[in-house]
Amino acid sequence: MKLGFLVDLHLCMGCKGCEVACKVENEVPLSSWRLRVKYLDRGVFPDTSRSFTPLRCNHCENAPCERICPVSALHYLDNGIVNIDNERCIGCAGCMMACPYGAIYMDPETNTADKCTYCAHRVEGGLLPACVVACPVEANIFGDIEDDTSHISQYIMAHKGNVQVRKPEKHTNPKHYYVGGGTSSLDPLAHERIEGYGLFNNITHLKTNGDPHHGIIDRFLAPFKSHEKDNKSFMQSDKTEKGGH
Amino acid sequence: MQETINATQSLVTLDVALPGIIWGGIITINMWAKSIGTGVIIVGAYLLFRHKKEQMPNYRWLIPLIAFIALNVFLLFTLIDLHQPYRMINIFLHPHFTSAITVGAWIASLFTLLVSVMLIIGLASGFPDVLRHNGVAKKLRGSESLYDKLSPIVLFLAFPVTLYTAIIMAESSARELWQAPTELTQMFLAALIAGAATLLLFSAKWSDAVKKDITLVLIFAVTFSFLIYMGEYFFSFKSSEAEATLAYIHLGGTYSIQFWVAMILGYILPFFLGILSIKENTKSVAKVAAVSALIGLYLAKDVWLKIPQLLPLS
Ligand code: SF4
Ligand code: SF4
Ligand code: SF4
Repeated sequence: MKLGFLVDLHLCMGCKGCEVACKVENEVPLSSWRLRVKYLDRGVFPDTSRSFTPLRCNHCENAPCERICPVSALHYLDNGIVNIDNERCIGCAGCMMACPYGAIYMDPETNTADKCTYCAHRVEGGLLPACVVACPVEANIFGDIEDDTSHISQYIMAHKGNVQVRKPEKHTNPKHYYVGGGTSSLDPLAHERIEGYGLFNNITHLKTNGDPHHGIIDRFLAPFKSHEKDNKSFMQSDKTEKGGH
Repeated sequence: MQETINATQSLVTLDVALPGIIWGGIITINMWAKSIGTGVIIVGAYLLFRHKKEQMPNYRWLIPLIAFIALNVFLLFTLIDLHQPYRMINIFLHPHFTSAITVGAWIASLFTLLVSVMLIIGLASGFPDVLRHNGVAKKLRGSESLYDKLSPIVLFLAFPVTLYTAIIMAESSARELWQAPTELTQMFLAALIAGAATLLLFSAKWSDAVKKDITLVLIFAVTFSFLIYMGEYFFSFKSSEAEATLAYIHLGGTYSIQFWVAMILGYILPFFLGILSIKENTKSVAKVAAVSALIGLYLAKDVWLKIPQLLPLS
């Protein structure tokens, strides 16, 4: 069994339901994401179009994150999921340097690396990943890509020639496919990106972006302090800085 | 890169903020200190091959002492960069040997241990009046043969210890600039630069011929390292990711000034000052070259570490 994902970008309407469902299901802290939906505007006014691309871990068959992890915190499951054991993670961030898709974040609450696990905990119990359940247009398809009769395999067969993965040149063999993507959707260097610019609002840049999830001393003291379980520290206005246009 | 004609223009209009630099100054100091720690061993061995040990009277404790201090700085900065520093032990309890981080940590720990043993023996023999009648000190003074047996092992280990960071970088599939084959050579040349520069600063008691040789190593290393940087900057075939990364050091780029200051301080200035010091036999000029090279090396490593982390990955 090899579990895989497919997103049909023709169907995705950018509602971010999957993004929110993932946040809730996995208690992903602010400033971090396991899944995000990126908006891209193409062309020049008035002749423009907007596309939406959900981005998550690809659960690569040849995963550089697994290879570089010094303590096997990142490891393969038999069903093909690249899982993470954050009890073992030492927080070296090697995986963040290795993942070509930027799919890993350093959890500011646990001080360990984390990422999409294809909801391994739900899959184990026979449930679908939270993001799949939340998608109102069934743009996210999840299943066994080694089973030719599965919905995902059938979908890939039906759209062959129009199925892509991100950065195939990295030889990671992603098990996450896109239908209806183009270079500008899937290649981060193929579009312009202006930091601080957001569609609906000014982007609030948290100071916690970048490395200082904790100061160095805090990392040593963390085990002796009570664990902060909510996102309050990120919501205090003095910890945020306004940016954008 | 983004398309420049209207028909294909595309712009990110809603997304999360980029994560920024994850491996920052702490890792730069880590690499820089490691270059000193391994460099003094490698350059020291070369000097011993070329000169009589009488020309380097305090060699047997000075080299392990510098290496010991630098390696401990390197290990300390490795530790404090971890988000879970107490779990460092997991590298030894749950090692994953496909990871250059694991292999490097194991070899570097063994290397530091052996350098520590050499330092203790070297100090005991170098200062016979200290603890003259102490039994342990006497035993250590009699362990010269152990020192001699450890020397080639430590020299051998100095190479993988200095090079393994290049393998970590090669395993960093998200940072194509680091994956260039030249990284291995640059890591070795950095050890030569750091080793030679540090020895120039602490070799007051060594003969002029030895100092001249150290200066030559410095000149050789900065020249080749500079040529590789220039080759990568101007000429080499690059992936689109590496090309986009180098835009940060091209004119107007965020790290352009730091890069060129690094090139001048670390490579161009030490080259000319080194030649001048050999020609005029002025040791103070050689020391200025050494300090300049150490600062420039730090700045260059820092730029090379940070710029690939500025690119959006998805
Ligand atoms: S997408 Fe990144 S985090 Fe996910 S398996 Fe591949 S390399 Fe690892
Ligand atoms: S941060 Fe954690 S999961 Fe990532 S490579 Fe280091 S130990 Fe492994
Ligand atoms: S599979 Fe689970 S962890 Fe992965 S993006 Fe979906 S909800 Fe998040």
